[in-house]
Amino acid sequence: MTDFSTWDIVRNLLMAARWTVLLSVFALVCGGVVGVAVLLMRSSRRRSLRTVAICYIEVFQGTPLLMQLFLLFFGLSLTGVEVSPWTAAGAALTLFTSAYLAEIWRGCVDAIPRGQWEASSSLGLSYVEQMRYVILPQALRIAIAPTVGFSVQVVKATAVTSIIGFVELSKAGAMISNATFAPFTVYGLVGLMYFCMCYPLSLYAKKLERTMNVSR
Amino acid sequence: MAYTFDFSSLWEYRAFFLQGVLGTLVLTVIGTVLGVAVGILGAVARAWQLPVLAQLYAGYVELIRNTPFLVQLFFVFFGLPSLGFRLDAWEAAALAMILNLGAYSTEIIRAGIEAVPNGHLEAAAALAMSRFQIFRHVVLRQALLKIWPALSSQIVIVMLGSSVCSQISAEELTFGANFIQSRNFRAFEVYLLATALYFLLAVALRQSLAWFGRRVVGGGRP
Repeated sequence: MTDFSTWDIVRNLLMAARWTVLLSVFALVCGGVVGVAVLLMRSSRRRSLRTVAICYIEVFQGTPLLMQLFLLFFGLSLTGVEVSPWTAAGAALTLFTSAYLAEIWRGCVDAIPRGQWEASSSLGLSYVEQMRYVILPQALRIAIAPTVGFSVQVVKATAVTSIIGFVELSKAGAMISNATFAPFTVYGLVGLMYFCMCYPLSLYAKKLERTMNVSR
Repeated sequence: MAYTFDFSSLWEYRAFFLQGVLGTLVLTVIGTVLGVAVGILGAVARAWQLPVLAQLYAGYVELIRNTPFLVQLFFVFFGLPSLGFRLDAWEAAALAMILNLGAYSTEIIRAGIEAVPNGHLEAAAALAMSRFQIFRHVVLRQALLKIWPALSSQIVIVMLGSSVCSQISAEELTFGANFIQSRNFRAFEVYLLATALYFLLAVALRQSLAWFGRRVVGGGRP
């Protein structure tokens, strides 16, 4: 039996942590893009579009991420498409992130005074133009703090993808723990690494929140 | 090769689904009741800056809120036994849920306690209420009323997160689904039904919490 030094464990965990970071960034970027689309539907003037967006948000916020992952992973392969854990993880996290971001950003859009909508429509701007030039630039300012706060949730959510076999930090932790028989050290280190990723984000979100409150 | 869906084969496993739903519910109730209790204690310690306890809670809250639930669960189930602290799957799942919700509810309830105006405390003191009476009747009730919606959504999030507990073989809904799926190989149908059940559970939980908030926390007043 080979011996594992603490450094071996740390090094391997760090290698796997790169995938956690990559998956988080991917989910935030793609989720953000889809989230804007859902947001536009959610605050659109057409009722049918609003209903679709509400259902989308309700379904993804009302079911466990693990179930969404399983459905994508097992469901898509039934249709004959070969699904790798990476595809399923990326797709599920994108959907999950977009539903939450759409809801968070809607709060920010709603916080913009009605007068801004009325003034811009009296200037003859279309819905898309109103959003693009008047509402979103203002909403963006208040959206930064809660978005950074939510990114912590996304980093933590990536841990669930280990269950379908995506080798990121948690999965690597489980594998190393099985090989070294040192679960206390390994899971302690895994937790510490997540903490090192999330805590700065949490602090930054808190700081943004504070400066935002002062400036208003 | 086209795949034909077959939901009828799920009927014979109805007992497993029911058992799973019950397991998730029991886990959620234990996690909620004890987790909120931990949270109230922590909120008091933090809001009133009780020495030592406030610092301990601050560390605990940050630690839990910045690590994934899955890792907390694995740490409790696989890691703690090497300290001689052995728990079965069910106990580990419940403990992890209590710890997780405890940290979040500490922060939520603290915000509520800090939002109670100072004048109310002074008025209650002027009425010769004891410290405990002031806390129980003036501070806690107002604080809980104010933050009840936020606390409710956190409880729903924790309930949905409990699906991860299947990984240490705690027998809840996802565990049941995994088990059935390994028998009838109808993964998609099984997980679709399980997802629907989670969705219904989330809706029901939200409604019951709203009712509880109006009736019990709010004391039946409009």
